[in-house]
Amino acid sequence: MADQIKSEASPSVAAPAVELIGIDKRFGAVHANRAVSLRIAVGSIHGIIGENGAGKSTLMSILYGYYQADAGEIRIAGKPVHIGNSHDALAHGIGMVHQHFMLVDPFTVLENVMLGVEGGYLLAAGAAQARAELQRLQRDYKLEVDLDTPVGELPVGLQQRVEILKALYRGAQVLILDEPTGVLTPQEADHLFRILRALRDEGKTVILITHKLREILEVTDRVTVMRQGAVVAERATRDTTKEELAELMVGRKVLLRVEKSPAKPGPVVLEVRGLTVIDGAGVRRVKDVSFDVRAGEIVGIAGVSGNGQSELLEALSGIRRASSGTVKIKGSECGVTHTIDPRAMRALGLAHVPEDRQRMGLVTAFAINESAILGYHDDKRYNGPLLMDRDKIIDLCGRQMGDYDVRPPDPRLRTAALSGGNQQKVVLAREFDRDPELLLVGQPTRGVDIGAIEFIHRRLIAMRDAGKAVLLVSVELDEILSLADRILVMFDGRVVGEVAPAQATEQKLGLMMAGASEAAA
Amino acid sequence: MSAAPPSSLPRWADVVVLPAANLLAAFILSGLVVVAIGENPFQAMSILVTGAFGNAESIGYTLYYATNFVFTGLAVAIAFHAGLFNIGGEGQAYIGGLGVGLACLWLGGLLPAPIMVPVAILAGAAFGAAWATVPAYLQAYRGSHIVITTIMFNFIAASVMTYLMVNVLIKPGQQSPESHEFAAAATLPRLHEMAESFGLEMATSPLNLAFVWALLCAGWYHLFLWRTRWGYEIRAVGANETAAIYAGISPARITILVMAISGALAGFVALNELMGVHYRIILNFTGGYGFVGIAVALIGRNRALGICLASLLFGALYQGGSELSLDMPTVTRELVVVIQGLVILFCGALENVFRGRIAQLFRRLTPAAA
Amino acid sequence: MDTLLVLVSIIDATLRVATPLVLAALGGLYAERSGVVDIGLEGKMLGAAFAAAAVAAVSGSALLGLVAGVAVSVALALVHAYASVTHNGNQVVSGMAINIMVAGLAPTLGVAWFRQGGQTPQLAGDARFTPIDLPFARALESVPVVGQLYSEIISGHNLIVYIAAAAVPFSAWLVFRTRFGLRLRAVGENPHAVDTAGVSVADMRYRAMVLCGVLCGIAGAYLSTAHSAAFVRDMTAGKGYLALAALIFGKWKPWPTLTACLLFAFTDAVQVRLQGVPLPLVGVIPVQFIQAIPYILTVLLLAGFVGKAAAPRASGIPFVKDR
Repeated sequence: MADQIKSEASPSVAAPAVELIGIDKRFGAVHANRAVSLRIAVGSIHGIIGENGAGKSTLMSILYGYYQADAGEIRIAGKPVHIGNSHDALAHGIGMVHQHFMLVDPFTVLENVMLGVEGGYLLAAGAAQARAELQRLQRDYKLEVDLDTPVGELPVGLQQRVEILKALYRGAQVLILDEPTGVLTPQEADHLFRILRALRDEGKTVILITHKLREILEVTDRVTVMRQGAVVAERATRDTTKEELAELMVGRKVLLRVEKSPAKPGPVVLEVRGLTVIDGAGVRRVKDVSFDVRAGEIVGIAGVSGNGQSELLEALSGIRRASSGTVKIKGSECGVTHTIDPRAMRALGLAHVPEDRQRMGLVTAFAINESAILGYHDDKRYNGPLLMDRDKIIDLCGRQMGDYDVRPPDPRLRTAALSGGNQQKVVLAREFDRDPELLLVGQPTRGVDIGAIEFIHRRLIAMRDAGKAVLLVSVELDEILSLADRILVMFDGRVVGEVAPAQATEQKLGLMMAGASEAAA
Repeated sequence: MSAAPPSSLPRWADVVVLPAANLLAAFILSGLVVVAIGENPFQAMSILVTGAFGNAESIGYTLYYATNFVFTGLAVAIAFHAGLFNIGGEGQAYIGGLGVGLACLWLGGLLPAPIMVPVAILAGAAFGAAWATVPAYLQAYRGSHIVITTIMFNFIAASVMTYLMVNVLIKPGQQSPESHEFAAAATLPRLHEMAESFGLEMATSPLNLAFVWALLCAGWYHLFLWRTRWGYEIRAVGANETAAIYAGISPARITILVMAISGALAGFVALNELMGVHYRIILNFTGGYGFVGIAVALIGRNRALGICLASLLFGALYQGGSELSLDMPTVTRELVVVIQGLVILFCGALENVFRGRIAQLFRRLTPAAA
Repeated sequence: MDTLLVLVSIIDATLRVATPLVLAALGGLYAERSGVVDIGLEGKMLGAAFAAAAVAAVSGSALLGLVAGVAVSVALALVHAYASVTHNGNQVVSGMAINIMVAGLAPTLGVAWFRQGGQTPQLAGDARFTPIDLPFARALESVPVVGQLYSEIISGHNLIVYIAAAAVPFSAWLVFRTRFGLRLRAVGENPHAVDTAGVSVADMRYRAMVLCGVLCGIAGAYLSTAHSAAFVRDMTAGKGYLALAALIFGKWKPWPTLTACLLFAFTDAVQVRLQGVPLPLVGVIPVQFIQAIPYILTVLLLAGFVGKAAAPRASGIPFVKDR
């Protein structure tokens, strides 16, 4: 690996696998890529790191032919090429593993791999050939997966292997992976990294897009940092540190810990005992979970996405029925096992900032003032005997938008016209404004710009200091570590341990999130 | 993400310019059809307009047809707002007619008109709503697709009605399947008769009190959808079901509520047709009005005023079309059906074709705006 | 009456009624497997029936009529594809528009061109598809049972019936054994997977719609130039929707769809026989009830009361590349 990094510096060696020169791309008012230039050496693992919206995915979509650049040039192995669609990209030896898998669920692994490269008009002939070739690839790269299982029945880690197999089967020399570990457990991620190293050692080139520092440091040879659509730095991985990369990503010293005073916990507000949630497919998503949240404290729930946190929040907020267990808010039983009633939960003093504001927290097609009463549209404040009091709704919404610095501050605009951060502020304003006793908060800063993150964090602390009980679910460890007064870790539907933030380190939490050992707690 | 239009237009352009362009395209193609059958499209157009608006009588007929379209247009539109496509307006109107007819046959001789008419309205609403509620229930709780189910229910409604008319409700001794005639108390007065009783002169036409009821329904529709919490809930479910669930709104309940309202509105066609004109139950009195409702809702952009204007347009087409078929022997009334199909095609399925072009045009005309 | 004769005549009637259903349902199968919902089968059939009868009447050739019917049906299918694939329009609205437009256009043009109240002139001779006697049919007629069945049921149908019979195994082979079929099924389940695999989604859907148009065209031509001898107003009489029901009943697979078509056609044939005839235990069954059976069955099936039917996952959803 070291030789490759050194050799890349000398111009005499072979041309880079991929070279991007002055790539520029706009989407309307958004300048997604600003004159991006990048060289990726053959046989290396090259990381591209940046925050959400830094332009990483757009850049790779251009390389894969999904979008056309407004300006700039792509060179593959030294030759300028035009990539008009994914077909061209594949022809130039570029394969991509998308963040959301591009698989046909009812098809078998074999059929998924063959799709688009069937090798002839009849399937039978091509299938035999494909099977032999795939068995070779599986041996060479440790990509074991049964070829005759429908992919819909495979766990996500194996589905990802199918995606990699698809790319390799198509003769990919350059493999792009877009946020590949988002859905993986740490063990699955480690296995993926072993596969990537094996690919590199066989001479393939890997481009890894991520916003996770750990992955960059663990597996890449070189790293490019992007911010606001532009490349801000490039480093050899061994010459850089987590702190330096974090600073480059956000463009200033990161405040890793938010200023806050010690919590003064009061009486128990939320009492959860033995809560179990089984989803529509019969899978136990939440398993026998018990915990308390007291007034005046923030309890953080850490965990890799998909380990039952979403279902926990939905059961607590009355959106999803629990199978067994009890939930009490300020001592009164909520009956979560037999009713599904978010309104009743709100009436008990609960407010809920959902994990996904566009899917759940807002109606983007509504005017902002209509989104600002979502869940409270029955409230006496907004209703006359028959008709809703529109003037009052607009008035109150205007005041909330002022308080939370939502821009532009016009309650009559469509909700979709606001940026992500401003949409999130509309949700927070709506939920905080009720003066709730209990606040459920899911991923409060996902897809939100830095300025708004600080604002949202300060507001959460302020709610705590006002004596509210706050349950915070986040997959961002930094967020949990800096906000929570107590940390619960969820893995595979269970709470596997509780840690005080002072004793918590990322390593320790990471082990627990991987279900490595409950003894570590 | 959201189902936002691909390119943004100013609201007035979205509501006025776009439907106008779509209509124009539909009419130009219809003109070509007229040419294909060897007639002069401009002459046909002029006969059509005169036939629809030329004198007081023809205006009365135009408004009489429009009455049906207001009901079916509102029925389709309110379901659209909840994200549901109710193709079953035809069957719901038919079964609604059964309710109206049964009420009028059984109670017509017993109740005075001021009580009989509201009872008939309720009966039509209840039967139409019930027929729409079954597909709604199946969609909400059994996961069957409402488009397919309502199509099937149109056929089932036709079978049920044919059976009842031929075997049960037919007036004895009658050759064609028609019921007994309604009692006088169970009929809606014609508007020209009402005008007469106030000493006003009005041309004779089938236009009756159902027209006033249609306008009341349109006004109610607007207030209900945009100003009440139930309307808010319906629109929330249509725009983002997950967010609606989060807000404590049950999409299943809303599906049933909105389809019941939709079916009730469709059922009101029978007020105009049976109580206002035929004074008995007859076969196929719905005559495709339920399907015209789709076109009306699409051009009317699912808004009350738009639906009223679109109903007027189709009322004029129906009335003008029958005049046209009298004046031009090669032209049949089905020409109106062609126009109707083209309008649905351009205003519904092909609406994005012009949207992009018009948005482009607007950008060029207002360069400062961007 | 001879039981065998009754049976033969019922089976014969079943095959005659099933033919257009099978063709249209298979057309719908290609469309929906590719992710395009098509409630416009009815309109395409009706348009083709008119075009076929009109051209056959003028040219005197049933074959030319068939070509014209297919051409019109394919053109309508392409309108549907243009609206729903190229412009991401609402597929149900588009299908509905085509049905209504054709329901108006056929009689409008019919009246103007032929002046027979919307009908086309009666077809005779070569302008119609006539029964074909298969080899040895006459010779085997006298052989009891096997020979009778061969000569009465298998032999003696017109060309289009045999086309429909061949279309089922052909479709099963095409959909499940070929590259085209793999891509077709994929594009109806997850078009994004097909797109990233370097295959054009729009291209696949257009091809599927052309196939749908061809099959509906043949079905329409059958109605006016083989089953009947002229085009009559509304002669499809809901057969397009019945085909849609059969497709759902057949769970979007060729062989089960054929079974559903035969079942629906059989109830129709039996209903004609049963008119006014009292049955043991139940008495006289109203005709209307038997006519409604396919629709009621489809509703029950979709509601999961009898089995379960899941449509291709992406059907009805326009393919939009998201950022």
